[in-house]
Amino acid sequence: MTTFALILILVVPVIGMALLALIANYRIGSTLNVLLSATAFAGACLLFWAPMQAGRFFLIDSFNIYLVALNSFVGLTTSIFSATYIAHELEKGTLTPKSLRFYHALYQAMMTFMGLALLTNNLGLMWVGIEIATLSTVVMVGIYRTPQAIEAAWKYFILGSVGIALAFFGTILLYLTAESVLGEGVPAMTLSNLQSNAAQFDPALLSLAFVFLLVGYGTKVGLAPLHAWLPDAHAEGPTPISAVLSGLLLNVALYAVLRIKMIMAGNPDTIPAGLAMMIMGLTSLIFAAVMLYRRRDIKRLFAYSSIEHMGIITFAFGMGGPLANFAGLLHMTMHSLTKSGIFFAVGHIVQAKGTQKMSGITGLAKSHPSLAWALGIGVLAIAGVPPFGVFTSEFLVVTTTFARQPVLAMILALGIIVAFGALLMHLQKLLFGEPGGESHKVKASALPMFIHFALVLLAGLWLPPILVEWFKQVAEVLG
Amino acid sequence: METSIDISHFLAGAVLALSFVLLYQARLFALFNAFAMQSIALAMAVGWQAYSQGASHLYITAALALVMKGMLIPGALRWVVVKMGIHRQIDPVVSVNLTLLLGVFLVILSIMVVFPVAKMEGGIAREDLAFALSIILLGMLMMITRRNAIGQVIGFMSLENGLILAATGAKGMPLVVEISVAFSVLIAFFVFGVFIFRIREHFDTIDVDALSEMRGDAE
Repeated sequence: MTTFALILILVVPVIGMALLALIANYRIGSTLNVLLSATAFAGACLLFWAPMQAGRFFLIDSFNIYLVALNSFVGLTTSIFSATYIAHELEKGTLTPKSLRFYHALYQAMMTFMGLALLTNNLGLMWVGIEIATLSTVVMVGIYRTPQAIEAAWKYFILGSVGIALAFFGTILLYLTAESVLGEGVPAMTLSNLQSNAAQFDPALLSLAFVFLLVGYGTKVGLAPLHAWLPDAHAEGPTPISAVLSGLLLNVALYAVLRIKMIMAGNPDTIPAGLAMMIMGLTSLIFAAVMLYRRRDIKRLFAYSSIEHMGIITFAFGMGGPLANFAGLLHMTMHSLTKSGIFFAVGHIVQAKGTQKMSGITGLAKSHPSLAWALGIGVLAIAGVPPFGVFTSEFLVVTTTFARQPVLAMILALGIIVAFGALLMHLQKLLFGEPGGESHKVKASALPMFIHFALVLLAGLWLPPILVEWFKQVAEVLG
Repeated sequence: METSIDISHFLAGAVLALSFVLLYQARLFALFNAFAMQSIALAMAVGWQAYSQGASHLYITAALALVMKGMLIPGALRWVVVKMGIHRQIDPVVSVNLTLLLGVFLVILSIMVVFPVAKMEGGIAREDLAFALSIILLGMLMMITRRNAIGQVIGFMSLENGLILAATGAKGMPLVVEISVAFSVLIAFFVFGVFIFRIREHFDTIDVDALSEMRGDAE
């Protein structure tokens, strides 16, 4: 069962990648892309019935089963969105059938290696997974070949590589820490081993390793002040890629940080790992909230909003404890679903108006009522308006913080309110007023974004007890 | 045993010294040569680790460092520069004196960070780590002080040399050597195949400064 699920998630897409690179017809390519994503999602669902275990290469516990499921679900809906989105790009001539072959193959590469990073029990393989997933997105960000896209890809490549280099150095340090206790070879790289033996590790070396891993993977999470690549990469790449960057890759990098934090938790003499995460989280939140005001580009706007939300999530996990972890997990899920939904809507809007500049997108309520509704719902949801799920999770984070750190809760609430104001200000300009600029018919599929928003709304109104139980279990594991 | 450690320190020190040489090069071809020399020193350091640890698989890493980074990549870079007619002077953002001073400071910093923390029995890994961290930080410094895309790539590859030094110094670390070698190939591929040629398609210069105009949020 487990093996079968792992084959569906990790092996089938690799075969598919080779096929996708060969298929010249973009229609067949995009259909195959959807099918492969659906296969991976099916595999992820099978994992819910798989026994939890820590093997030599794979680790399966409630934490990563949940993330793999979330990842492959958003991967599936994005592939559906992408299939219709790219048809429009082909018509405009911004993409060629040749570049689409690589686009689809890279999409599967990214999904597979994110899956590897999530499911592996080996610190080195986790690093490889995140590295290859990042490199695939770098190429996809630059796929339009415009000067802006190339600058964004270059910046992403350089900053991402520095981040990943630091994470690699941290990995070596962690191996050295473990090697003196667990002996040479694979056992000293195995996450579950590291976690259960953390008490015997040298606390100073373990702390140093953590600092490098936090800064390295933190770059990938987009935490301020290491976020510089994020807005560019989101703004200049194809919109489906913005959706998976925000919704998935940031989560996977955060997952890596959390795994290291779990190791740190086993050793009482280390530096407080949670505190560092709380500081970085709050800084990102406040910084991004302020930066939201002066955005001119609609995709940049939501990229900064992603920094803001990753800040909140990192803060919640940094504080730790069953309640804060629960809130963090819920917020991670809600943010993924809402943000990728918003990017789907933004993709439609940009195609309809022919520009990403917000000054060129006005009066959507008149010109494209259904898009205006979708964007309105999405932005209200991400800003934390009830009854959407983001409200529930933000409310949980703030109340939990109030109970433990009232001062920090004030800063947190302030950041959320500032961001709320910025988003509403921009939304008002986008939706109302006289419609200006170009106006085209939208051809891309609206189904994925409605599924996402419906789920977020459902989570806000009624959280299924089974999900609550699952999250509680994960929150316990996280410590 | 003592001699073995001495030799490994000498070779790691040579890699570090060449990192400094990389820092003050003002011409692209000289930069490529310095990088090639650093990679050859790295190959020797890794080769010595392979011999003294009795880990024969490390010889592969050493050979790849020698052939790929010591010969092929600098040669290919030279070809690219000639073929594309790139301006062969590099204008540093920060003056050379200041850069070197910062470099010294970074080495002191990494010694101060690593030495108190890592108390290992053999003592080999501790100095190796300090050397490796210095090389990594100097690589970053180079990426910051050169606005030239090729300069940044060299900076990143010298940073990666530091990583390989650290990884091979860690006894019996699984997978990693193969992985990092694969990545150096991948990075070379990316740099040549994708970025440099695309940058050339749109600009007459390969100076990254020319790109900063393109920001979507420009006023």
